[in-house]
Amino acid sequence: MSLALQLGIIVGYLLLALAVGLVAYRLTDRTAEDFYLASRTVGTVVLLFTTFATLLSAFTFFAGPNIAYAQGPEWILVMGLMDGIIFAVLWYVIGYKQWLLGRRYEYVTLGEMLGDRFASRRLRGLVAGVSLLWLFPYVMLQQVGAGTALEALTEGAVPYAAGAGLITVFMILYVVVAGFRGIAWTDTLQGAFMLVATWVALLWVLAVVGGPGAATDALASNEATAEFLSLGSAYYTPQWMLSTAITIGFGVAMFPQVNQRFFAAGSRTVLKRSFALWPILCVLLFVPSFMLGAWARGLDVAIPEGENVLPVILAEYTPVWFAALVIAGAMAAMMSSSDSMLLSGSSYFTRDLYRPFVDRNVSDRREDLLARVGVVVFATAAFVASLWNPATLFELGDAAFSGFAQLALPVLVALYWRRTTRAGITAGIVCSQGFYLSSLFFATVPSAYAGWTAGLVGMGLGLLVTVAVSLITTPADDERRTIYFDGLGAD
Amino acid sequence: MRRLELVGWIAVAVVLSALAIPWFLWGDATVVAGLPVWLWWHIGWMGLASVVFYLFTRRAWGIGIETEPEGDSSGDGTSNGNGGTNRSARSATNGDRP
Repeated sequence: MSLALQLGIIVGYLLLALAVGLVAYRLTDRTAEDFYLASRTVGTVVLLFTTFATLLSAFTFFAGPNIAYAQGPEWILVMGLMDGIIFAVLWYVIGYKQWLLGRRYEYVTLGEMLGDRFASRRLRGLVAGVSLLWLFPYVMLQQVGAGTALEALTEGAVPYAAGAGLITVFMILYVVVAGFRGIAWTDTLQGAFMLVATWVALLWVLAVVGGPGAATDALASNEATAEFLSLGSAYYTPQWMLSTAITIGFGVAMFPQVNQRFFAAGSRTVLKRSFALWPILCVLLFVPSFMLGAWARGLDVAIPEGENVLPVILAEYTPVWFAALVIAGAMAAMMSSSDSMLLSGSSYFTRDLYRPFVDRNVSDRREDLLARVGVVVFATAAFVASLWNPATLFELGDAAFSGFAQLALPVLVALYWRRTTRAGITAGIVCSQGFYLSSLFFATVPSAYAGWTAGLVGMGLGLLVTVAVSLITTPADDERRTIYFDGLGAD
Repeated sequence: MRRLELVGWIAVAVVLSALAIPWFLWGDATVVAGLPVWLWWHIGWMGLASVVFYLFTRRAWGIGIETEPEGDSSGDGTSNGNGGTNRSARSATNGDRP
């Protein structure tokens, strides 16, 4: 009986999302700018939640609580610092500037913005290529997460490949039809729903086990988890916490689907309100979700090998329908991350690779069509790759965030320092990416330096190289050195 | 004046980042109302961060980024609290740059 109920809830959820998508489709102009950015008209609630829901991935609901379960709740601090503070500051420093530039020069992607300033098609292609390189495994990760969650939820009745395939087909359908506007709307629904559901789940579990005091006592009295409550551990070292928070925080700002949202805001006021609400929203989500994971450890809930903590604890303490509702919501959150990523990935491909290198004179209408074809190809390839998925969620996710983080400092330097040259930013991006990729794939390049991660060291390297090479080279004649500075802010 | 304000806000951002994790409670395991004290600190700190961010949007939004010339208003009243003297100081600073 519960299987039918669970599948019913999930299918119902998908249908609801599809209905929203169809409404959005009817409002859509057939232009690429509308498909990618809803013609830059997004309001506060929608921008806040769409960015938020995009961050709510398999990571927040599955990998995050798993880490808290295994290592303790300090993970909340890492996530709070990275998303609530560092990303919020970048929201202003990178986001607001990008928004102003995007409105003035009609940029749709990061690569386009940089390529225009440095008069370099290659730089534009490089930024898009690097972004797609990291985006692809991350989309795959979301499919793996969704497939695994469906399999666990239905106790194997829906096998992994079928689950991941179903999600992929749905996402393709949804993105192709609805575009950014539809995605932003469903994100808002999903974000709000997941926030409420997480709190209900927390209160429900706490009510059953006798409140937070009892749950925490259980942690303290258990020998294996006694040190969960003291800040820091062999796993959570200061270097590791800072490295992780900084690399992921900067990485988030360079993630295509997040970065592109900087272009989509309808007005300054929208950006301001979202900025101020950001830290609170992060705490509201991360505290309940990760504390559930940590508390589960003290509650003698046996987690089968390879399974996620959150679904197991919900199955143990809450009714079937509620557990199914939350898992459906978490899967929806994964999809909302993925569909945004598919859309952004496709825009990077069509605008920064196809248009500049293959066919410069593509019409607006045709680019709109191409973008949709790109979505199908990207999603299908990621699904096929997910069938062979070798590594764990966290490793993949972490690698993608750190990979994107390597882009952040060269971009920041370019945005704020007039003397940045084309050679400087290109060298900065190539060196830091090369270094970080080597640290992942070659044993000769260490992945940690006195406790600091290769991701953070790579960011420093990118910064140094960008500045040093800019200092020793002269700008090319066709670089537009002043466009990031002059007349910004004048409407 | 405007430059000093910018440095001040950068310092605020650094402090907000530096203390989001309460390093001074390292190794502390005191529990209050069911949660470790260090978690309460974090929750309170994030609330504070939201308030500070809100104040920033009211008082200083655009600092370090907007560069419109004097007399060209940004349109939504973000710079209220800055008198005419600050505005001219601001364009003078911009004029110094190469």
